[in-house]
Amino acid sequence: MNISNQEYGELAKRHSPPSAMYKTIPLAFAIGGGICVIGEAILNMFQYLGLEPDEAGMWTSMLLIFMSALLTGLKLYDRIAQHAGAGTLVPITGFANSVVSPALDFKSEGFVLGLGAKMFVIAGPVIVYGISASVVYGIIYYITTLF
Amino acid sequence: MAICEGKTFKFSNASISAWASVAGKIEGEGPYGDEFDEVLDDNKNDMDTWEQAEAQLQQKALQHAMDKAKLCPEKMDLVFAGDLLNQCTGSSYGLKDYYIPFLGVYGACSTFAECLLLSACMVNAGYVDNCSAVTSSHFSSAERQFRFPLNYGGVRTPTAQWTATASGAAILNSAPKPPYIRSATVGKIQDMGITDLNNMGAAMAGAAYDTISRHFKHTGTHPESYDAVITGDLGQVGSDMLYELFERDHVDLKQHHKDCGLLIYDRERQDVHAGGSGCGCSASMMCAHFLGRVQSGELKRILYVATGALMSPTIVQQGGSIPGIAHAVEISYD
Repeated sequence: MNISNQEYGELAKRHSPPSAMYKTIPLAFAIGGGICVIGEAILNMFQYLGLEPDEAGMWTSMLLIFMSALLTGLKLYDRIAQHAGAGTLVPITGFANSVVSPALDFKSEGFVLGLGAKMFVIAGPVIVYGISASVVYGIIYYITTLF
Repeated sequence: MAICEGKTFKFSNASISAWASVAGKIEGEGPYGDEFDEVLDDNKNDMDTWEQAEAQLQQKALQHAMDKAKLCPEKMDLVFAGDLLNQCTGSSYGLKDYYIPFLGVYGACSTFAECLLLSACMVNAGYVDNCSAVTSSHFSSAERQFRFPLNYGGVRTPTAQWTATASGAAILNSAPKPPYIRSATVGKIQDMGITDLNNMGAAMAGAAYDTISRHFKHTGTHPESYDAVITGDLGQVGSDMLYELFERDHVDLKQHHKDCGLLIYDRERQDVHAGGSGCGCSASMMCAHFLGRVQSGELKRILYVATGALMSPTIVQQGGSIPGIAHAVEISYD
């Protein structure tokens, strides 16, 4: 080849179109924000029905997770996500989708080695580093209470 | 150090006697939908798993080709087949019930050209009478193996390509009837240092350039010598890069170039980003569209260059790059 890898990399970069951010960012904002508005409405509804704020928050999370899991099963969540991008990835619904989608997909390899083993293939790192970070935070918090 | 030029094989006695293609639902809704021999209503095709569905694609494609050639499996001497799945299970499970002597081939998305050129070698040398080349790819089985679960809400980048759910099968013999396979150039592995899993076109364009240039040089031809130079699945990014690589040599390829990855879908209407890919993509487009036009003489001479990204998710996660490869097969009316 009469071209160096560096030159070739620049050529590839020049011909690779970037994401259309003028479109993707507002869509992510609108759909992600929409999910949060729905969450807020559910929260208010539970409080209106007489639940304590803590309990209402827990039920809201559970309902959003359920709705996301259901939409994933109905093959609708990923279609919405094609337009929403980070808007459907960041809220708690995105986390639910990342657990349910491999569970559905790998069911064909059995409940133990398929579904069970692969269920956290995407969410696993989030859980590992999320829990690790909370432990570190807890230690720092504990040290600050000593003084 | 002198660089190995390789050889271009010349064939005097190899022609494609029959061919057939099977495509999935989205491909069936594409611009060439009515040219496929069979379009699946449901990409799972009543199977339990996507892998079984892909195996069925190959079984169906070869069956259609054998029906057209009026051959039964007992008359087939050899089949070269490949796909994208680990251990090439689409091929081995799809073709096992035919009991045809089988040689599995892996060249990523370049596999169909590899199977064709190997078949031409066998037929031309007189080792076999009827030899078949079959490849397939399936969007769902490929996504599961290479990327994310099907219903995961991840977003594809604009450079990503859509693995075609399709299969193509061709049967070669030495009968004096077009389309003939006249020559072939085996590709070299070209590692251009591309590490982006979502930019296969960029990983393959260098290999396509190298193989096409060597083929031109060895045969004394140029883009105008062919009715079309048809690459496998460079997509928009890879095609644009290929034009620029040739422009550096003052060769205008664009006017004579077609890319199966850009043809198989309507990119305005179908959300496939940079185009189609997979070893079923160019196999099905060759068998559905191009071979028939060479047979009728509408196209006199084409250069089919299937391109493959020899990508391993493991190596990419380890920080490695994605080598590309491309094999050229010249198909002619006379």
